[in-house]
Amino acid sequence: MSETLAWLRDSPLLMLTVTIGAYQLGCWLRGRTGGHPVAQPVLVAIVVVAATVLALDVDYADYRADTELIAFWLGPATVALAIPLHRQAARLRGLVAPMLVGLTLGAIVSVTTAALLVRLAGGDDLLARTAAPKATTTPVAIGLAESLDAIAPLAAVLAILAGVLGAVAGPAVLTLLRIRDPRVRGLALGSVSHGIGTGRLLHDDETQGAFSGLAMGLTALATSALMPLLSLVLFP
Amino acid sequence: MIVGLLWLLGCQLVGEVVVRLLDVPVPGPVVGLVLLWAVLTWRRTPDDAPVVRTGDALLTHLQLLFVPAGVGVIVFGATLREEAVPLSLALVGSWVAALAVVGWSVGLLLRRARSGGEG
Repeated sequence: MSETLAWLRDSPLLMLTVTIGAYQLGCWLRGRTGGHPVAQPVLVAIVVVAATVLALDVDYADYRADTELIAFWLGPATVALAIPLHRQAARLRGLVAPMLVGLTLGAIVSVTTAALLVRLAGGDDLLARTAAPKATTTPVAIGLAESLDAIAPLAAVLAILAGVLGAVAGPAVLTLLRIRDPRVRGLALGSVSHGIGTGRLLHDDETQGAFSGLAMGLTALATSALMPLLSLVLFP
Repeated sequence: MIVGLLWLLGCQLVGEVVVRLLDVPVPGPVVGLVLLWAVLTWRRTPDDAPVVRTGDALLTHLQLLFVPAGVGVIVFGATLREEAVPLSLALVGSWVAALAVVGWSVGLLLRRARSGGEG
């Protein structure tokens, strides 16, 4: 019995099964609720897995190592975002210049307002640096936080939360802001909620999803390029 | 499926090597994305190509791939509670601000370009 328990603790199989099972539960809930915005598989999975990991008293570092097999595919999936773009390429016509200007502005606004709002609400400099890269996709947020001497794992969590916020509330807020062109909706959401917002949009509508993926990539580029300059102004 | 996986992994591999050799602050997979996009455009890849089917299957479950990092919230439970006000204000405020700026600026520039083209 104890040997079996020890094996379960050491093998990555249990946590992989729990993670994929929790995600499947989220997909099922999304189907059952007719696509309710809160029933995002990523949100359901994080809540269920976090509760399980805490209940079983598993170290997060161990959980993370066990599920490396899942996280690894984020890289190839990012490459795969070229596919919806390839199918939507004709719709890029006339959009390139407005897109580059808009996404550059967006990257500046994301970093600046995140840092300023943390300070305004009484957070310290370290927290402001940690919040600054939150609009970029997780691996990029981690890299940028390291270059800012911030708390990189917390920056990753904030990026995930910004993504989940976009998956849950993004389409509704875009409609409130009267942004209707599906290409522009995708660009805007991808620029603030990276791959997680893109995941929601790809499920709802391919055009929005394709442009969201493009915005995610370009925002990662723009934020990485501008961060050294912005940090001179924001974190002297 | 294997051919599709090879394309995705190969493009990422080239991307990762290129950013390290050139020492540019760009994520390797994003360079891989641009590379695959160029290949798909160049070869006029049709919808039933292996790379398209494999890539679409992977993208269907894009949200799953963020779960391991997302569970990291449990490590920062105390920080998130103590700093709840600045963090939630920054997260939501900055998110709405940038969403509006990108949406409105791209929309405005698109309308300008369109009316400029007609006039």
